[in-house]
Amino acid sequence: MSTTLDFSHYLKPAGDDRLHLDLAVEGISCAGCMAKIERNLSNIPDVTSARVNLTDRRLALEWKAGALDPALFVDRLAELGYKAYPFERAQAETVEADRASALLRRLGVAAFAAMNVMMLSIPVWSGNVSDMLPEQRDFFHWLSALIVLPAAAYSAQPFFASAWTALRARGVNMDVPISIGIFLALATSIVETANHADHAYFDAAIMLIAFLLAGRYLDQNMRRRTRAFAGNLAALKAETATKFVSEHEIRTVPAATIRPGDIVLLRPGERSAVDGNVIEGRSEIDQSLITGETLPIVAEPGTAVFAGSLVRSGTLRVRAAAASEETLLAEISRLLENALQSRSHYLRLAERASRLYAPVVHATAFLTMLGWLAYGATFHDSIVTAIAVLIITCPCALGLAIPAVQTVASGALFGSGVLLNAGDAIERIAQVDRVIFDKTGTLTLPELDVANLASIPADVVNLAGRLALSSRHPVAAAVARAAGANAPLPGIEEEPGQGVRGLLDGQEIRLGRPSYCGAEALAAEILSRDPEASVAAFRHGDMVHVFAVRQRLRPDAAAVIASLQRQGIAIEIVSGDREAAVRSAAQTLGIHEWRAEVSPVDKIARIEALVRQGSKVLMVGDGLNDAPALAAAHASMSPVSATHMSQAVADAVFLGERLEPVATAIEVSRKALRLMKQNLWLAVVYNLLAVPIAIAGLVTPLIAAAAMSGSSLLVMLNALRARRMREVG
Amino acid sequence: MEVLVYLVPLALILGFLGLLGFLWSLRSGQYDDLDGAAWRAIADDEPVEGSPRS
Repeated sequence: MSTTLDFSHYLKPAGDDRLHLDLAVEGISCAGCMAKIERNLSNIPDVTSARVNLTDRRLALEWKAGALDPALFVDRLAELGYKAYPFERAQAETVEADRASALLRRLGVAAFAAMNVMMLSIPVWSGNVSDMLPEQRDFFHWLSALIVLPAAAYSAQPFFASAWTALRARGVNMDVPISIGIFLALATSIVETANHADHAYFDAAIMLIAFLLAGRYLDQNMRRRTRAFAGNLAALKAETATKFVSEHEIRTVPAATIRPGDIVLLRPGERSAVDGNVIEGRSEIDQSLITGETLPIVAEPGTAVFAGSLVRSGTLRVRAAAASEETLLAEISRLLENALQSRSHYLRLAERASRLYAPVVHATAFLTMLGWLAYGATFHDSIVTAIAVLIITCPCALGLAIPAVQTVASGALFGSGVLLNAGDAIERIAQVDRVIFDKTGTLTLPELDVANLASIPADVVNLAGRLALSSRHPVAAAVARAAGANAPLPGIEEEPGQGVRGLLDGQEIRLGRPSYCGAEALAAEILSRDPEASVAAFRHGDMVHVFAVRQRLRPDAAAVIASLQRQGIAIEIVSGDREAAVRSAAQTLGIHEWRAEVSPVDKIARIEALVRQGSKVLMVGDGLNDAPALAAAHASMSPVSATHMSQAVADAVFLGERLEPVATAIEVSRKALRLMKQNLWLAVVYNLLAVPIAIAGLVTPLIAAAAMSGSSLLVMLNALRARRMREVG
Repeated sequence: MEVLVYLVPLALILGFLGLLGFLWSLRSGQYDDLDGAAWRAIADDEPVEGSPRS
């Protein structure tokens, strides 16, 4: 290619006249790759540092400014067998990463404080039953206060902040009882210590904070990983655009840098990275990613082109437009906004649990105090007992019960190629009883494939494939892919809009339109049998063959649909494509309910009708026309090839050629939801055992510490069972 | 029991040093790539400068 990628957008100064570049690298999977890449790149003179991040599959490079061309690194990595793409950290990922690291810092502070307080608490616990002097005990309690108060003030801030937000919105979340518990435990302990009492709960309070922070950190870290991986995917897709920097000069730039008004060149075989209007040129374009329609349309000056359109035959110049100017985009955006607004706020399991939990616990504590007062205890003793009830019920296990399962389950999903966008996606996907599939790009693969490969002799396929390598037309690319060709023929000419031709052993060979190869009759016959297909004709001397090229169903689509149906999940297809195309796909897959030529408005209407019937719908779609329906459904998934807008609103994105991740997501989510409920019940059982002891006034700090760590460990271990879900499933 | 006067502050100072060490390791990015760090520990040593090895 004549133009190389302009890296300047990605370079960052790193001080001391050095430049910094981040690359997302495909194929780093082991420690060996890491060592190989680092060794080879740091051997380049003037490179000051090359460090691989194996968790995020990225490479950070620094070198002396001006000494090297960044393209050199990409070439060197290609020689080593790795594809690398320059990459810029998205805002969302930076936010998640900062949160994870802040939580880890707080967890560290809380854990160190907890360990050091334990060192002081154990002598007090054993001293209480032996011969510790009251002065020594007070001294140890004050020391504990000295450690715990600042540590808690710093590390428990996430809980206080979240509880405060919930209270201000006149709601209750799990952090409200947690914050009340922490606050009361610390306040009582200070008062008790000042009164030279036997018991103080500094150790229990800080341990609670540390356990809960561990759960939060796990949760946040999984979110951070998903974001990082999504960032890599975006970089691997390498969305670039060829922009006219002057009348005659073009340059390949990252799509993100294109501004409305810029003029962009689209060549055959390229997908548009921008929305805009054609100002020059004429070509067939494939809009299936936008409308679901598989037959190409003709783009001429004035035609609107959307990001994701595939250019098939000619070269186009497109003036980039702001999204809101386009009628289709504007309509989709408006529908999407409505759908997002009316999306009923889903009440998470944790929220529902805490709604029940907080009043019960606070009422129990209050009744305990009244009971002891009525029984004749002093006011001071009654309050201390009531607070002991609050401390022992403080939802250590409850706060871990759900995040721990979520973390393990999203890790299992991550491993099978499903990336979660939303934290509560697991719960919602677990509840679905009906799956609506879009057809184009969702049940079918986004790339074209040769349908009649078996009826064409292998040597012809091979030759046609090698010839096809000289064309960038998507149909030719499909022939080349099907043939597995990698050796282009020499001396091939391309006739724009017609095909490619050359000479082989003195005979002319051609690949292109049927009319170009004199194969109209054969092509018409194939098209009458398979009206969905596009055709490419091949001529070698007098021999003529016609390739039927069409979108192929995902290889495991039929099996996945059948297994979902066996589980009692209703399946239906709602597609924007023509009736004949949808019917044939539905028949092949054994799906009885299907709708064709459905507009984005009708897709939403269909989902709303199902919601009124009480159905919980999982929408799986990829096109721009699916985005509003994805937002309106109870849960939603998109393949990774989907448009940006669809991926952004979907609850989960799945990778690869197979449809299986959809079934896996449902299965893993259902098991995870079961484990979450189990964990909640474990927490309830723990409370049933511990609360009577607390009400009786028998809880010492030792019992509180043992009970809290015991129950936390129990729910953690139960959550780890979610790891085995993938092997079982 | 007078020994407590030395031992308790000493223990707390050690604990505090441990915390500072943790915060330093966090700040210097040692928790950014836990998978990689696990493998680096058992990776071969860096080859001598300029030695031919692929």
